[in-house]
Amino acid sequence: MSEKNSVGLVKAKLAKITTPLKLTSGKKLPSYELAYETYGKLNAKKNNAVLVCHALSGNHHVAGRYKKDDKYPGWWDNLIGPGRPLDTDRFFVIGVNNLGGCHGSSGSISINPKTKKRWGSDFPIVTVEDWVNTQAALLDELGIDSLAGVIGGSLGGMQAIQWTLSYPKRVRHAIVIAAAPNLTAQNVAFNEVARQAIITDPDFYNGNYYRFKKKPKRGLRIARMLGHITYLSDDAMGMKFGRKLKNKNIEYSFDVNFEMESYLHHQGDKFAEEFDANTYLRMTRALDYFDPAKDYQGNLSKAFKKVEAEFLVVSFTSDWRFSPQRSKEIVKALLDNELTVSYAEVTARHGHDAFLMSDPHYHGILSTYFKKIANQL
Amino acid sequence: MSAQFRQDFAVIANWIPFGAKVLDLGCEDGSLLKFLEGSLEVKGYGIEKDDAYWLNTLKQGINVIQMDLESGLSGFESQSFDVVVLSQTLQAMRNTEKIVHEMLRVGKEVIVTFPNFGYWRHRIQLIQGQMPVSKSLPYEWYNTPNIHLCTIKDFDDFCAKNKIGIKERLILTHGKPIHVMPNLMGALAMYRLVSK
Repeated sequence: MSEKNSVGLVKAKLAKITTPLKLTSGKKLPSYELAYETYGKLNAKKNNAVLVCHALSGNHHVAGRYKKDDKYPGWWDNLIGPGRPLDTDRFFVIGVNNLGGCHGSSGSISINPKTKKRWGSDFPIVTVEDWVNTQAALLDELGIDSLAGVIGGSLGGMQAIQWTLSYPKRVRHAIVIAAAPNLTAQNVAFNEVARQAIITDPDFYNGNYYRFKKKPKRGLRIARMLGHITYLSDDAMGMKFGRKLKNKNIEYSFDVNFEMESYLHHQGDKFAEEFDANTYLRMTRALDYFDPAKDYQGNLSKAFKKVEAEFLVVSFTSDWRFSPQRSKEIVKALLDNELTVSYAEVTARHGHDAFLMSDPHYHGILSTYFKKIANQL
Repeated sequence: MSAQFRQDFAVIANWIPFGAKVLDLGCEDGSLLKFLEGSLEVKGYGIEKDDAYWLNTLKQGINVIQMDLESGLSGFESQSFDVVVLSQTLQAMRNTEKIVHEMLRVGKEVIVTFPNFGYWRHRIQLIQGQMPVSKSLPYEWYNTPNIHLCTIKDFDDFCAKNKIGIKERLILTHGKPIHVMPNLMGALAMYRLVSK
């Protein structure tokens, strides 16, 4: 993908929301801040806004670079820019750091206005529904009544679904990629192992490690390593690493012997430096709790009764963490309500991570779909 | 009408009520549904396995679900469609009986079309000692996707044996209805089926 189709240099912005937020848990936040970025221009009718929702470890920096020499662009840069599938010549694209995040929005590492200290463990547990409410509040700030579309992969896809449930009149299209209508028991189990790794780290201090100038890096590192295994397919790992050794010979030690180990260590170390453990705990809980069918005796079709948006649902054949079967459940509930929906099952070897890749067929699908939305503006 | 417009489309359209909810199995590039949406304002969904066809259907603005028909229609509720169409795909299905029963489960009515293997041109080629190749069967024996070819008589027997009601049957050659010796003179068979 050429640099000339990039959104170029971007700046993060901060919205201070002073409308109190009632959380699903029953707790209240009198005010909060949301870090966000925008790309492209809002048109005169203000009907070309597309919200990009992030997954577990994402943030509002979706596309472009802060500085020319930034090593990496935003996390979904290959999707967004002039002439790219989510075309910034047509759309006004918004990325938000979810509430409870650690990249600028209010969360455990930010200062609690009441105590003038970091929130730490006191920051409430938030849900997908809460996030969508805060995103709607941000739209109010930006003077945007309704979204042309909302797009997200994985946990981001869950937010896209929730948008169509919480604000059926404020969103015209939902693009739900590598998502699920709720987590399977196996998925909750993975999340719990990750959380236990963090919580049992001696440097966790019940979530108030900032006070002790510590970070539960060991726990966060293991959590990330575990996560990484589940985001890749066995095939992708085999292709990338196989049984390749780091050095020529087996070393008969517990140091890094295999390339696979080296990769996991690197990913874990990098993540433990950059990310916040309290945010990780909260993001995984939001995943666990998402279940729009729970108030309808598990009947997703009934839960979708109020949906008005049109849907594009995409899954990947090798994704075993959010398998195609789970996407088909979403599709079935939409079909049962006679809603407008298309579903693609993309042949991919990268597992869950495939949603961030720029496979030509996958991007062709998104490109075609966004053109359809653009033609309706 | 576009080059993709097929002779069976007009007949299919005649059998579909205005505003019906239609499921087209193996919809290829979505041309039939596009035609039906334009002429009859149907609410249409296509099912297509092939990536390129799937994308072309999406490009036409038609709802399209990517799945393999061989695995059945488990994602669809019983009697949730007015009409389910399987147009010139039956002969390429592995689980022929299963898909016909699935169609009758999901649709209140089913439209099936297929090339008639009993068509005289096919018979002559067989008598000459070769597998038939024709406009309706354009493949060579070694590259054909058609694994379950049948004649009109075969399909009538199949319906009788499976207690499937034939509401209407139309046999076409070069787009014209055939009434005399249809199993010999007809190239394309079209059926309206209902559960008995």
